[in-house]
Amino acid sequence: MSLNPSMFIPVLPQILLLALGIVILFLDVLLPREQHRYLGWVAAVGMVVIMLAILPFMPQEQFQLTWGGMVRFDWMSYTFWMLFLFGAAVTALLAMDYPELGERGSFYLLLIASTIGMMFMASAGDLVMLYLSIETVSIPLYILAGFFVRSDESTEAGFKYLLFGAMTSAILLYGFSLLYGFSGTTDLHQIVLGIVQGKVSLPLAFTSMMLVLVGLSFKVSVVPFHFWAPDVYQGAPTPVAGFLSTASKAAGFAVLIRILFIVFPILGNQWAIVLAALSVATMTLGNLVALAQRNIKRLLAYSSIAHAGYILIGVVSGFSELGMVSVVYYLVAYLMTNLAAFGIVSAFGRVAGSDDMTAYYGLSRRSPGLALAMLVAFLSLAGMPPFAGFVAKVFIFAAAVGVGQIWLAVVGVLNSIIGLYYYLTVMKYVYLYRSENDDQPVPLSGSFKLALGVLVAGIVVIGVLFSPWFNWASVAARSMFF
Amino acid sequence: MQFPLLSFIVFTPMLAGLLILLIPGERKTEIRVAALAAGAFALALSLWAYFAYDVAAGGYQFVERYNWLPALGISYYVGIDGMNAPLVLLTGVVMFTGVLISWGIDDRPREFFAFLFILATGVFGVFVALDLFMLFFFYEIAVFPMYLLISIWGWKVTREYAAMKLTLYLFIGSVIALVGALAMYFTSGLGTFDMLALEQAGFSTAFQRVVFPFVFFGFAVLGGIFPFHNWSPDGHVAAPTAVSMFHAGVLMKLGAFAALRVGIMLLPEGARFHMPWIILLTLVNVVYGAFIASVQTDFKYVIGFSSVSHMGLVAMGFATLSREGMLGAGIQMFSHGVMTALFFAVVGMVYDQAHTREIPQLGGFRKFMPVVAVAFIVGGLVSMGMPGFSGFVAEFPIFMGLWNAKPSWLWANYTWVAIIAAISIVITASYIIRIIGKVFFGQPPAEFDGHIHDVNVLDKVALVFLSTIMIAIGVFPRLIVPLVQSGVDNVLRLLGGA
Amino acid sequence: MDFILNNLLTLILFTPVLAAVILILLPREQDNLVRWTAFVLSFIPLILSVVLWFNFDPNAPGFQFSQKVVWYSAINSSYHVGVDGISLTMVLLTTLLTPLAILASFSITDRVKTYMVLFFLLEMGMLGVFVMLDLLLFFVFWEFGLVPMYFLINQWGSEKGEREVWRGRVIPARVYASIKFMIYTMAGSLGLLLAIQMIGAVSGTFDIPELFQRWTSLDGTLFGLPIGVVKAIAFWAFAIAFAIKVPVWPFHTWLPDAHTEAPTAGSMILAGVLLKLGAYGFLRLVLPLYPVEAKYYAGALGFLAVMAIIFGALASYGQDDFKRLVAYSSVNHMGFVVLGIAAAAFTYGATDPAVKQSANIALNGAVLQMFNHGLSAAGMFFLVGVIYERTHTRNLNDFGGLFPLIPVYGGILIFTSMASLGLPGLNGFISEFLVVRGAWPIFTLYTALAMIGLFFTGAYILKGIKQVLHGPLNEHWVGHVSEINRRELFVITPLMVLMLWIGVWPAWILDVINKAVAMVFNLI
Repeated sequence: MSLNPSMFIPVLPQILLLALGIVILFLDVLLPREQHRYLGWVAAVGMVVIMLAILPFMPQEQFQLTWGGMVRFDWMSYTFWMLFLFGAAVTALLAMDYPELGERGSFYLLLIASTIGMMFMASAGDLVMLYLSIETVSIPLYILAGFFVRSDESTEAGFKYLLFGAMTSAILLYGFSLLYGFSGTTDLHQIVLGIVQGKVSLPLAFTSMMLVLVGLSFKVSVVPFHFWAPDVYQGAPTPVAGFLSTASKAAGFAVLIRILFIVFPILGNQWAIVLAALSVATMTLGNLVALAQRNIKRLLAYSSIAHAGYILIGVVSGFSELGMVSVVYYLVAYLMTNLAAFGIVSAFGRVAGSDDMTAYYGLSRRSPGLALAMLVAFLSLAGMPPFAGFVAKVFIFAAAVGVGQIWLAVVGVLNSIIGLYYYLTVMKYVYLYRSENDDQPVPLSGSFKLALGVLVAGIVVIGVLFSPWFNWASVAARSMFF
Repeated sequence: MQFPLLSFIVFTPMLAGLLILLIPGERKTEIRVAALAAGAFALALSLWAYFAYDVAAGGYQFVERYNWLPALGISYYVGIDGMNAPLVLLTGVVMFTGVLISWGIDDRPREFFAFLFILATGVFGVFVALDLFMLFFFYEIAVFPMYLLISIWGWKVTREYAAMKLTLYLFIGSVIALVGALAMYFTSGLGTFDMLALEQAGFSTAFQRVVFPFVFFGFAVLGGIFPFHNWSPDGHVAAPTAVSMFHAGVLMKLGAFAALRVGIMLLPEGARFHMPWIILLTLVNVVYGAFIASVQTDFKYVIGFSSVSHMGLVAMGFATLSREGMLGAGIQMFSHGVMTALFFAVVGMVYDQAHTREIPQLGGFRKFMPVVAVAFIVGGLVSMGMPGFSGFVAEFPIFMGLWNAKPSWLWANYTWVAIIAAISIVITASYIIRIIGKVFFGQPPAEFDGHIHDVNVLDKVALVFLSTIMIAIGVFPRLIVPLVQSGVDNVLRLLGGA
Repeated sequence: MDFILNNLLTLILFTPVLAAVILILLPREQDNLVRWTAFVLSFIPLILSVVLWFNFDPNAPGFQFSQKVVWYSAINSSYHVGVDGISLTMVLLTTLLTPLAILASFSITDRVKTYMVLFFLLEMGMLGVFVMLDLLLFFVFWEFGLVPMYFLINQWGSEKGEREVWRGRVIPARVYASIKFMIYTMAGSLGLLLAIQMIGAVSGTFDIPELFQRWTSLDGTLFGLPIGVVKAIAFWAFAIAFAIKVPVWPFHTWLPDAHTEAPTAGSMILAGVLLKLGAYGFLRLVLPLYPVEAKYYAGALGFLAVMAIIFGALASYGQDDFKRLVAYSSVNHMGFVVLGIAAAAFTYGATDPAVKQSANIALNGAVLQMFNHGLSAAGMFFLVGVIYERTHTRNLNDFGGLFPLIPVYGGILIFTSMASLGLPGLNGFISEFLVVRGAWPIFTLYTALAMIGLFFTGAYILKGIKQVLHGPLNEHWVGHVSEINRRELFVITPLMVLMLWIGVWPAWILDVINKAVAMVFNLI
């Protein structure tokens, strides 16, 4: 295997990120203590620069396998890279306001490390690569979740995440090993041949698929592997929780789609049923339990569980182009929206010192702007136009109807009604209720305003001008099938 | 390229709302003036659209079409015909008068007007939409500001409950209709959401019969059809005055209109199959709504239920599938919109002064606010279908439609519907007379002395404006009839000349 | 002048609206200005209808001064006005009584402006019914007239008196009366409305002259029923609506309340014109549209008419309230109108020229009775109002022997009462005689019974005169009751002149009526 320059394109952003990490490492040492806050700017700007830097290196329509089949470079992975980079940049900005988070270079390093892992996840073409990248993502995230070492909750969250993660990792690995053991290869594109040619018997393939599904279900917090999510989100630093619920989940879906569509297309009918069942359970349970929450982070945790369920509807319909497109579109919309939601919660939670719903009483009087942003984010989560969540949901449901899964669309529709209820309830607290702190404004930093502004604008733009994004998503979706 | 009039109409409120958000919250007068200016502008534009529509030419006019998502055949596609032109005007009217009578709102007027205007954009958008996706898009935009408007500025006692109930009902309805619409999209195989194309899709009879109820009822929930009406009185009562006006005046028409445009026009065979039994529901609406209204003691609930009754007539007109019935329904949408806007405005004015809406505790408002009394009487006469007012012009053809309706698979004729529905006229007259007698002409309670003041000049302008419209249409039906007639002809063409 | 002649009916119809608008613009406080303006303006329709009267050609067939403009294109309804001899008489009656009623209303002090505005709207409503030749617009004006009347009774009615409604709730009598008036009339209108809708839907037009052809020529089945049954139902829908308005026994019970509680001018118009709307409806619509049904049910109608005559008279005799006495007398007198109509209806299809002539006479009498009753009832109510304003009581037992105190008033009262009674030489005699003469060969028994009613008519009229003017003087009133004043004389004089004139020389009006009646028969 000889090296040539074009081989570096598929790993270019990872390399650049690594360089960014090194820069931050140096700056962490060099900068005086009171200027550590600027590390956040460096990280965010750096990631945006990377996004711009890889713009000229768009993939071809046909996917490319490089590095001995380890890395698959196609539009799908490219799209996800952009998502991860964007998510990480926003997270960096949001974290800046937390002194014990944003002023420590190690936070940004871990963030970058896990982003690198995600990018490899999205472009993995080999079981080994896949597993390694998953661990590269997970380990920094375990630490990030427990980053506030002085807080019991945060420590607990980190530890819980670690335990659940380790267990499901093991299950995932077991599934991988079965696949490797019977097909004799770790290359995803070879394994599928093994299955098609009968080297791997179908029951066995099904078993290993189920094991893999369990592992990935944990990542994307699908019922019944969702238990960690509320506790971890609640305990973890809020920007980290936002990152966990968006970029990390998107990465999980990237892998899920890859494996299901590359390795197990032949079992399409089977996993469609399994995933449909999981989807129904996830949506319904997530939404119903969210109804009872009094802590905003737990509420968002359950809501993000429910959203995983909606996305699964798209995955179930994924053999139609619209299905695949809808998954990508939904992930984009969801990433924007949920980041905004967590961003607001992080900014306000820091000021209010509480994530209890009661803290949000009268927010609109304290900070009309923040309240409006929250309204946008929550309505987008609820699926109301003209925000991103609406079109995304419509595409998902349309995809389901398009492949004849009308019942699934109906279940999704009913669930979105429950969702609307609790999102609106929060908005009621914000706008209607009053607290004794009504007259105290909420101070917001410039970095936060920028991040939130970008997110809100993004939510509206994706929700109104959907043609460019849809086309992009279509290209990405098509790349799955070539 | 022609002037994009409809786009201006649709987006004027939205832009105005955003601009208002930029004004500092303390500068309330500027906010109100800006809102009024926007309202007046939107009204002027909608008047223009209404009168510039060429009835002789018919069809869709002021059409604008831009690709929105060509991959799925979604476009921003707007146009008006005889059916929606009056509704656009109605929205302009209610928006303008709503701003006028909301002058006194002191709690966060900035947000109030911003939300109200976003709502208005949604409503305008639905009325002019010729693309199914666009219709849903704007439909939802019209639903959610309602929640905030009611829960924040509404009546303290029931606002939370009512706002949530209303929003969920409407959302459920719309998403169910959405599933039906998606089924249409895929079944047609045309790959477009263009309603004019879908009209020609030639859906199979079986498909139409299955899908029609979902689409129709999904939207008709917002039109207040029995048994899905019961969000509406609660919602009306809890809402602040301008929102009640918007809500009963315009939003309920949104439901009825969408049920027509998506349900009846796209699935005519389904309509023919289901309407014969749906007419029973509308009959319940009409009579039961009036009856319930007559036993209420809360002024606003009376009006709320009367809306259920009157909107039942709209649905009944549609359900006849006859020329006259549809025509009457079309006019009734406009007439009822104006009338109920006036009613709710009056209720709000009375409540603001008396701080109660219990009819037995009110009295003597004729003395305190004579203009309001006269306006309410005009509205009341419209409500009971008194000839010479717009209500008669609207209701008469609906009844004619019942007499003229073609035999369906279920009924040989609809004469009995007409006879039973006529009962509602008597009931309506009785409660309207009761209210006029008690609230306006009754003996005022002693505690009112010196505490009740006349309304301000803006309120009077709003009331006189609304009353004038109702009388003008009652005396000169030709202001609206040929227009709606041209729209109805289009619907009938789709129904196969039924 | 051409403009006026060409649009004469439209002008008559809408000048009251114009007057109302002018009044609205006047300052609220200046009651006298409002009164005089209203009075002066009310002469415009009167002058125009006099012009109409003289330009009307009694010998020309059909409707004259017709105008037709599309009103409601979608359901083929037009603004179609026109008059024949019957409606012409009624238009004249209406425009004549309105200035008098306005003059009689000068004693109103509460919200004069609103009162006058409502009065003009009422006038327009009534005129509209008489001149409309479009069924839908006929109904429009028919209903519209209710509204101002309702408010006139409800707001300006007598302030005394209470009525108990259910569950022991007590409401003012005028409120009770106004609501009863409204509900009765609306309930009647409901059937009318449905029938009109049905006719419109079946015939495809609302134009009355056209309907005379189309509707009557329908056959086959409608709505799964034989056409005859449908027509019979529609006939009763029409008949009941009009019968309530007339009112025919047993639908009359709203009338005493409404008349009693209404303000004086309201009663004048109510008795003078509003009741005629019902009778006019029978003539204009029921007879031509439903000749067969009308003939079939004429006996029943005649029976009700006789009942109205007898019971109206008896009830009137039984009253202690002067105004109620006069109110019941309306039931009695309008009974003759209906009797005449019923008699005419019964002769449909008859070939015997004698019978036809009798029917013609009866109908002539009925129309003239409408006009006459308009004069005398208005006069009577006015006179009751005059005495009430001075004594603030209407109880006959509280009066007594007032003749010496107020001789002029007494004379006028006796004169008017005699006209009402049917004294030969005054107008009432002519019309009642014609009705009785015409109905006798057709409904002999009924007519005979009606004569008994006529006997009681004399009884109650005389009772009224006796209780008020004669008998022992009630000392209480000495010095408190003043003579009828000049304004009041202006009100009553034209009425008295007309009563006498018609009584002595009825030909001028009968000529016009007779031609129109002949046309009604041609239609039948």
